[in-house]
Amino acid sequence: MKFKVRGTDTFASTGGRPFDKNKPLIIFVHGSGLSHMVWVLQTRYFAFRGYSVLAVDLPGHGLSSGESLKTIEEMGNWVGDVIGAVGCKEASLVGHSQGCLVTMECVAQHPEKIKTLTLMGGASAIPMNPELLKLAEESNPKAVDLMMDFAHGPAGHFGGHPVPGLYHLNVGSMIVQNKEIKDTLGVDFRACDNYKNGPEIAKKLDLPTLSILGAQDRMCRLKDGKILADYIKGSEVKIIEDCGHMMLLEEADQTLEILKKFIAEHYPLPSK
Amino acid sequence: MDPKTYKFDTLSLHAGYQPSKNAGSRQVPIYQTTSYMFDDVDHAAALFNLERGGHIYSRMSNPTVQVLEERVCALEGGTAALATASGMSAIFLTIMTLCNAGDHMVVSSQLYGGTVNLFRLTLPKFGIKTTFVKPRDTEGFKKAIQPNTKGIFGELVGNPGNELMNMPEVSNIAKEAGIPLIIDSTYQTPYLCRPFEHGADLVVHSLTKWMSGNGSSMAGILVEGGTFDWMQNDKFPSMTEPYEGYHGLSFAEEFGPTAFTMMARAEGMRDMGPCLAPQNAWNILHGLETLSLRMEKHCSNALKMVEYLSNHDSVAWVSHASAPGHPDKELAEKILPKGTGSMIAFGIKGGKEAGAAFINNVKLASHLANVGDARTLVIHPASATHSQMDEATLKFAGLSHDMIRLSVGLEDFEDIVNDFEDGFRAAKKPRLVANK
Ligand SMILES: Cc1ncc(COP(=O)(O)O)c(C=O)c1O
Repeated sequence: MKFKVRGTDTFASTGGRPFDKNKPLIIFVHGSGLSHMVWVLQTRYFAFRGYSVLAVDLPGHGLSSGESLKTIEEMGNWVGDVIGAVGCKEASLVGHSQGCLVTMECVAQHPEKIKTLTLMGGASAIPMNPELLKLAEESNPKAVDLMMDFAHGPAGHFGGHPVPGLYHLNVGSMIVQNKEIKDTLGVDFRACDNYKNGPEIAKKLDLPTLSILGAQDRMCRLKDGKILADYIKGSEVKIIEDCGHMMLLEEADQTLEILKKFIAEHYPLPSK
Repeated sequence: MDPKTYKFDTLSLHAGYQPSKNAGSRQVPIYQTTSYMFDDVDHAAALFNLERGGHIYSRMSNPTVQVLEERVCALEGGTAALATASGMSAIFLTIMTLCNAGDHMVVSSQLYGGTVNLFRLTLPKFGIKTTFVKPRDTEGFKKAIQPNTKGIFGELVGNPGNELMNMPEVSNIAKEAGIPLIIDSTYQTPYLCRPFEHGADLVVHSLTKWMSGNGSSMAGILVEGGTFDWMQNDKFPSMTEPYEGYHGLSFAEEFGPTAFTMMARAEGMRDMGPCLAPQNAWNILHGLETLSLRMEKHCSNALKMVEYLSNHDSVAWVSHASAPGHPDKELAEKILPKGTGSMIAFGIKGGKEAGAAFINNVKLASHLANVGDARTLVIHPASATHSQMDEATLKFAGLSHDMIRLSVGLEDFEDIVNDFEDGFRAAKKPRLVANK
């Protein structure tokens, strides 16, 4: 669905159902250089089970217009604005990777609007390898190859996508490469590298929070994910074995099952 | 710092398969089953509605076939793939997913005979018309595009005349027109050429051929590059507009770089059903394990054959993109640096009669209607593969009566030569030599 946020054309996948502002809203926020496409094996499920879903494309990403936002703080604020822009008052947030930093910022800036928070492959800081950052800022396609390498666990490198026929290393890389690399991935990596508020903000979070971590994550290592979860009061932690950073694709089914249970418990549909 | 993702030969052995998820079985198991148990009603509903991945019924997908799909996809550098019962069904499914009645295709004229018939005779029955363009006529592809044209289709090295289509330039023409370029890469395999790296958007294969090499099984595949933006214009409403068959799903919006394959499976496989048998998928996977090794030898044997034939006094002409003086040699060196494949066409002195005598008197080379077997194959197209064509169509497809089509196998080169010598000897006196 196309809509305006701060006057700019914005795209969000609604999971294949018409958007309905009267249903409980879940917003999914993608990672660096990516788009709504990474969420398809989570969003459609909720959209067909009574929720309104928005897998947003951040400004300048995927099908959204505008320029990429330069800081995690701005992105967090922007996600908060999405809620009002579609006529809602509150939402649950789900973030992946950089999207974890963004959704935490959003909670910090708009605590009254956010009901639950799910962090996938998160860490309280995502410092970038300087060489990778430079390649991304130079639009070098090697940055994408390196990212796909780091983002998938050892098992994920062999493929085995849950959707028959899809080869996820190349799916991820095409999503990134369909945009100018420096304008999306480059800007995002720089924003992650610059962001230092993670620990402070995490310690102040006070809402039901779930961390889903990949045991073999090389982008945001398991131990860093656990440290983040420890900062957050009462955070649930679920670890997926044999899985890298792209759990939402590598182990889409397990990820969905974990998310389903958490949402059902902490953000249930209103009883009729 | 270099990415440590697996490279070609490793992928041809491992891509798309994890033993730990299959009882530790090192070889890919054959899932000889039609259907798959649902966990519960909610799981069933989610699978039917494309909310989650998994198998329902083997017409749509099967775990053994899935490994083949991912493996070929990985080798081609694509995002998604869909295996089919034969190469022809892969082509048919691709066109039926791309086009509606009233649409038009621009197609290279030098194609496998079955593909020519599909575009010339069968697709018009569904209201899909075609303009044929000679493979070397790059400008011709541009001129043939109409407002209702939905794609350009061709084989990189035309069959059987070995004329090359200038894929990078034709791809630019397709891009300008906002339509996809579809390449039948059967003759090349991803070992010789990865068309996505030269601007193709979709690739199809007959896996019956070099990809398996064992000549045991029919199979085809459609591979998507993930490069084409279906939403750039309003030419592809079935990809971009809500699709009734799945509660108003927009394939392009939801699935982006895999939208075409998702649509081809969800609609085409569901409704037309040319699914690949798991046993056949397994046979092809077995062949794929040695793709590089085989292609290397196919190409080296072919080069030696070209030299042998070019110097033979019974041979009027030899066509192979590596042959001296071949008009596409430069282009071939650019897009096919590892070799131009193992298909050779040559003209035999003495015309049709000599050709028949040659074919009837070789014993090692198999006379049959296939290509890309590990064994050497020969055929006389004018009397076999292209025999349904009238004189004019034959000429337009780049064929002549003296042409022999040779698919060079992996035998010892000397043995092939000895066999051909018998054939040529017989061809010199066609009337004196008894047919087999
Ligand atoms: C180039 C090419 N494409 C497609 C086909 C059709 O494939 P199949 O025979 O597997 O249906 C063939 C078969 O000879 C072929 O040579």
